[in-house]
Amino acid sequence: MTQAKSERLMNLVICLLVSRGYVPKSRIRQVVGGYGDQRTDAFERMFERDKEELRELGIPIESGSFDPFGDEEPGYRIRRQAFELPEVSLEPDEAAVVGLAARVWQHASLAEATSRAVLKLQAAGVETDTGALAAIEPRVAVEEPAFWPLWEAVRDRRPVTFSYRKNPQGRAGNRRLQPWSVLSWHGRWYVVGHDLGRGEPRMFRLSRIVSDVRPDGEPGSYDVPPPEEVRRAAGALAPPRQTATARVRVRQGSGYGLRRRATGSRGGDDGWDELSVPYSDAGVLAEELAGYGADVVALEPDDVRKRLVERLRGAVGEGAVA
Amino acid sequence: MTAAHSGAQRQVERLLSLLPYLLAHPDSRLADVADLFGVTERQLVRDLNVLWFSGLPGLAMGDYIEVDMEAVEGEGVISVSNADYLARPLRLGTDEALALIVALRTLAAMPGSYDRGAIDRAIAKLERAAGSAAERAADVRVEVDGDAVADVAATVRRALDDKRRLRLSYWVPGRDETTERDVDPMRLALADGRLYLEGWCRRAEAERLFRLDRITAIEVLDVPATVPEQARARDLSAGIFQPSPDDELVTLEVTPSGRWVAEYYPCESVSEQSDGGLAIKLRVSDRRWLRRIALRLGGTGRVVDPPDLAAQVVADAREALAAYGEQPA
Repeated sequence: MTQAKSERLMNLVICLLVSRGYVPKSRIRQVVGGYGDQRTDAFERMFERDKEELRELGIPIESGSFDPFGDEEPGYRIRRQAFELPEVSLEPDEAAVVGLAARVWQHASLAEATSRAVLKLQAAGVETDTGALAAIEPRVAVEEPAFWPLWEAVRDRRPVTFSYRKNPQGRAGNRRLQPWSVLSWHGRWYVVGHDLGRGEPRMFRLSRIVSDVRPDGEPGSYDVPPPEEVRRAAGALAPPRQTATARVRVRQGSGYGLRRRATGSRGGDDGWDELSVPYSDAGVLAEELAGYGADVVALEPDDVRKRLVERLRGAVGEGAVA
Repeated sequence: MTAAHSGAQRQVERLLSLLPYLLAHPDSRLADVADLFGVTERQLVRDLNVLWFSGLPGLAMGDYIEVDMEAVEGEGVISVSNADYLARPLRLGTDEALALIVALRTLAAMPGSYDRGAIDRAIAKLERAAGSAAERAADVRVEVDGDAVADVAATVRRALDDKRRLRLSYWVPGRDETTERDVDPMRLALADGRLYLEGWCRRAEAERLFRLDRITAIEVLDVPATVPEQARARDLSAGIFQPSPDDELVTLEVTPSGRWVAEYYPCESVSEQSDGGLAIKLRVSDRRWLRRIALRLGGTGRVVDPPDLAAQVVADAREALAAYGEQPA
């Protein structure tokens, strides 16, 4: 029964917190309410489970003894300093922003974890009032089922394995990874780490992980490199440098997306402007220009023009399908 | 995945925050505390009963935690004592420190969200309080496109604080047009890693979302903002793009190279084709938007239905090709 078990667990925590020194198991059995009337082996099992459950909550139960000769029965204790939340004193504006942070996660486990954290702060006397901040709506969605197991793997430094479909047209392949970091960019989640199969850092998009993420090694079995190296591995997320410039005719009153990034613009009196548009990849630019239809004409360079024509012909329904 | 916690585990976890909370807030109302802890009043009474039967080892007279159960059942007010050994809550766990600190860092990256100084100070204090539990918080990051829109966000924030109307020039890529709008700001929102202004558009006479990086000009007007009573903040939990069932249903077929459409836009249905492509059905409120997508897809996709839209796309492409002296068959 939950109530009886909770009482026993509470009494165990209190006993280990208040007692001086290590409390031997035999004494725990005597003085902690709920253990008394049992056979030894049943008590042993129950006590082991109780200790495990409390440790899972983050309660630091230490075992040991003060006796250097090992004659004394080993015991258990909880050091107050290891148990308690240290003093935290937040100014009103700091407390308000903590209350706001409590609204960020739209993911059940993360939202619960934040709530528990804020409750602990409130229990320690911090008042977090968000009334004044209704004008801000900070939301981070995490819809990927792979997120939580990957976060746990990062937290525990434990390698994982999963099935990954990199190319939509390809088969899914098995990957083994030492995860370093999980990050979100424009609403999409990625994991960065050391790809054990390829022997190199790699980044994976969580939405392309097509199986459960399973542990594949021991916790604490690798180190995470310094932040600069982790950032480098996530470099593919940064927009590529634009090293070339295209000349494009754009009808006046349209092409705003191009105008915003154009490095040069010459107005014409025929209802058209000529823009210099920086780009990094001819194919990507051609795709973008295609979207403007007849409002845009690519002049130079040739490969952008060719690719654009090919794309438009594809939209008419002729030419090779890429 | 870590196994789920048992009922007693969850209760004990709560009690370890409940007890210090009650000791620090004497005579709290049952209803308020239940609300704060996210439990029913009945559950809270059960929690109090556990405390009532807990105490110092040996559980002799005077060892028990004292809970004034009469006041709980009578006036609905909670008073506990004789439990100073649990006057402080448990330290932050790794997941708790992560969730809170990453959330704060996300706010810090979101210009206009709050005073940056307060956020940085709060992060520093929490990192100190969390100790080693906070070490892993750096391993989860939410990137926010903050820098590029910092000025726009600051202006929006000013208007929100002073309750003033905004005049903006806003670019809508799907229609390839920039329009001027007067907007009474309702809130600044972060969704899908991007910043949005949600406000009452005076021209449309409705709530609208404006992506900050598409605002090409913005000024605060010397006019008080009057957001109407009926204005409702949009529930962004389902994402920014929320097609309506009244929108036109369009069917597309795409090759493997065109699969990005299904990854970028919410689709009503997506089915795999044998060649690795997809058949996609999606809702379209503005055909101009879909026509641009179809042109961008080029030969990697085609509109299957409705046929007049498919024909329109072909006509758009032909019109564009004319400029190159290409005469398609």
